[in-house]
Amino acid sequence: MSEAILSRNFNIPDAHKLSVAEPRGAYETARKVIGALKPEEVTNTVLASNLRGLGGAGFPTGKKWQFIPKDSKKPVYLVINADEGEPGTCKDRYILEKDPHQLIEGILISAYAIGSHKAYIYIRGEYVLPYRNLQSAVDEAYAKGYLGKSVFGSGYAMDLVVHRGAGAYICGEETSLLNSLEGKRGYPRLKPPFPAIVGLFGCPTIINNVETIACVPHILKNGAAWFTALGSPGNGGTHLFSVSGHVEKPGVYELPMGVPLRDLIYKYAGGVKGGRALKAVIPGGMSAKILKADEIDVKMDYDGLKAAGTMLGSAGVMVMDETVCMVKMLYYATKFFSHESCGQCSPCREGTGWAHKLVTRIYRGEGSVKDLDTLLTIARNMEGRTICVFADAAAWPIQSYITKFRAEFEDYIVSGRGKAVAAELEAAGAHAH
Amino acid sequence: MANITIDGKPYSVPDGSLLIDAIDQAKTKLPRYCYHPGLSVAGNCRICQVEVEKMPRTVIACNTRVTEGMVVHTASAKAKESQQIVLEFLLANHPLDCPVCDQAGECKLQDYYMEYGLYDPKFDDQKVKKAKKAVAVGPTIMLDQERCILCSRCVRFTDEITKTHEFGIFNRGDVSELDVYPGMELKNNYSGNVADICPVGALTDRDFRFKMRVWYLGSQESVCPGCSRGCNININYERSRPYKSDKGRVMRLKPRENAAVNRWWMCDEGRYAYKAIDQDRMTTIRTTAGATTWEAAVREVARLLKAAPAAKWGVIASAQHTNEELYLVRKVFKDLLKWPHLGYHEAGEDGPQDEILLRKDKNPNTAGASVILDLGAANGAASVLERARKGELEGLVVFGRDLSKMGAPGLLQEVRSKVRTIVYIGSAQHATAAAADVALPEACYAEKDGTFTNFEGRVQRIRMAVPPAGDARPGWKILSEIAAEIGEPLVFSKAEEVFKRLAAEQPAFAGMDYKVIGSQGAVWSRR
Repeated sequence: MSEAILSRNFNIPDAHKLSVAEPRGAYETARKVIGALKPEEVTNTVLASNLRGLGGAGFPTGKKWQFIPKDSKKPVYLVINADEGEPGTCKDRYILEKDPHQLIEGILISAYAIGSHKAYIYIRGEYVLPYRNLQSAVDEAYAKGYLGKSVFGSGYAMDLVVHRGAGAYICGEETSLLNSLEGKRGYPRLKPPFPAIVGLFGCPTIINNVETIACVPHILKNGAAWFTALGSPGNGGTHLFSVSGHVEKPGVYELPMGVPLRDLIYKYAGGVKGGRALKAVIPGGMSAKILKADEIDVKMDYDGLKAAGTMLGSAGVMVMDETVCMVKMLYYATKFFSHESCGQCSPCREGTGWAHKLVTRIYRGEGSVKDLDTLLTIARNMEGRTICVFADAAAWPIQSYITKFRAEFEDYIVSGRGKAVAAELEAAGAHAH
Repeated sequence: MANITIDGKPYSVPDGSLLIDAIDQAKTKLPRYCYHPGLSVAGNCRICQVEVEKMPRTVIACNTRVTEGMVVHTASAKAKESQQIVLEFLLANHPLDCPVCDQAGECKLQDYYMEYGLYDPKFDDQKVKKAKKAVAVGPTIMLDQERCILCSRCVRFTDEITKTHEFGIFNRGDVSELDVYPGMELKNNYSGNVADICPVGALTDRDFRFKMRVWYLGSQESVCPGCSRGCNININYERSRPYKSDKGRVMRLKPRENAAVNRWWMCDEGRYAYKAIDQDRMTTIRTTAGATTWEAAVREVARLLKAAPAAKWGVIASAQHTNEELYLVRKVFKDLLKWPHLGYHEAGEDGPQDEILLRKDKNPNTAGASVILDLGAANGAASVLERARKGELEGLVVFGRDLSKMGAPGLLQEVRSKVRTIVYIGSAQHATAAAADVALPEACYAEKDGTFTNFEGRVQRIRMAVPPAGDARPGWKILSEIAAEIGEPLVFSKAEEVFKRLAAEQPAFAGMDYKVIGSQGAVWSRR
């Protein structure tokens, strides 16, 4: 295992408390940066570090910060996306729960860089313990004067509000998150305008993922070159990989960007559970296209996985062994996406539900081989025709599972073994939604 | 200005325009459900897909801004494929109940399927069921959730135009549904507009629902006479079966776009007032001498007026009259007969007014009356009636108005007992018509041509949608015949000729004719 940076406090008891975190270095860097460095210097360091948005999109963070208009008359907001909802992902949860002061310190430095005096953390509603630990950390920081009218006595004012979501996956989409934060229905917004120009309450806003912001103090402490050297070309730093499924040691692993997927599974996560054969891996959360067992010799960074026809996404690695039924996998994928589609754009609203009905039909042994082609058509037709990328994310599992495991799907349909599943589903009271 | 190309033709459009507006200005057809020029851009229906060269995918024209040199294809194979794909999604869960849907014939799902669809449908599953099918959401509108395509036009209308916020979209995914918020009903003075802007059969007008299939309707451009705004409207009338007049001939009014007057909207007060066209109408001639033909009646009235001592008779004119009719009222009573007691304005009859369209002056042509009759401050109907009440008048000519609804209670009876002769010329059958000695049936606004001048001095045309009820005739025709009979050759065969004369004599109307006024009106050159 490489050096623990983001995760260095994860195994320290009570590290969410200031009394534990501060002697271990929390706020040291922020104290040095605020007031001493110019905001542009902070941004330039982050830009040079190759830090990319770790929520899934991988957009260069420093570049994003530069989109904030220089002479804005309106307040600038920093919003932290802690609505970690991508299936197979639990990395932000660790930061929020185990080391919230690391995040708050990152917020202080980042807000200072973009000239913001108010930040919001939009935290997934289901994250109860992380919320409690985070909120108590915020309260402690206020009490100490690390947040408030004059941060560390520097005269720089900084307010931080923790806002809990109400359970919609789509609120992790940044503009949907902004609407939700404003008290509106969580619908993604039309772009342009982009949030850096018209964001929260109509003001310039930067939205960053928890892990992204948690990286910032380390970059400022150790320098951009250090951070760049940790990762792979163009992908700075380490990354928290959430490994789940059929591995001996599931969990969150902090590893350099670009670690080979094979190493992640076999070297770090202990290999496939019970010594069974690997069947497939989803490398970046449910939305990412699936990789077959013979496709895992890829580098786990934005560019490596893009080249392999999938994406790093949220780095939620789901490992499946030979016992996994791909029809069942697709059933749960389409169930998830049809349930979570916000319903705003017609291709996604109708397409996700339609696809799930078709997959359900197949899963219950009532489908035909022709349905597979209809599914591929629906997926293709949904893609790229909506306001946000949810429809694309919903299309990719359909496309990749069916094309990569076509023979299995056809065999499932022809054999009629879904009939037994149908009986099971009836017993469980499962239905389309 | 940006130079762009739409379907191979060059256009110059203002920088930063929405592409869909540029396409509309170029008179190029492009489907749309959620886009409405009067509302914010929602971009959710996704059907206005166009191909823009150098862009990897088709884009929606409603959220794309034009840029210099942009080359756009609205009907290329790529654009058409995208439009067709989106339509198939929209129709996937749409009920196939067109035969029993009142929107049939003016439904954009039907229209666009024929224009942009015509695909072989792939959907072969159970459609989503939604709870509210034909449920009233207020006094005027019926909701069918299954037919709704969630374009959110009605939500944006009630959020942005009326700011009454009745509508919302509830739930997620394909079980999303439109509804009013709990405990609310759609009850505002502009509620009817949501049926107009609903592109499908989700919101229908309870007043019009199932009254008539829309393909039996004729349509005529007109102006609402309900207040001094003069909202542009289309009068939809029964075209194919006029013999079935028991339900009335006019079926509904629809707002007609006029950016300078009413934009795309009209109020409910005006919208549902059309019923008066076919209700309580005076349809026969009644005179003291028992005339039954217009010739005899005109002769009798002309003789009566000619013999009347000018100072002993009065006229209650009407700002419900057209400019043409007011011109003839002036000619006959002020210029020719030289009667001093003439009034139209009624103090204290103001109604409610709002920030959207509704004006407190419930007459469509007060501005026209003030300029044409030119009575200055002495324009009050009240002073004429006061003279009548005091017994100073022998005779009274009343245009349209019902004295029982004016002034103090009992005014009509008092006037009736003091004035020997009352001549009523109007379209409604009411207490004053019944009490009059001579009653001549006049065409209402939907039965004649003419112009109204709105409160901003905009002269706008009304046109005959249906023929006058019974024996009724347009006011300008009645007045011109009376004038001729009195001895002044004011002979016109149509309202347009009256207007020509008016425009020649009244500086405010200088340079105007029906062609200049057109369908959007023309503003007075000076007041």
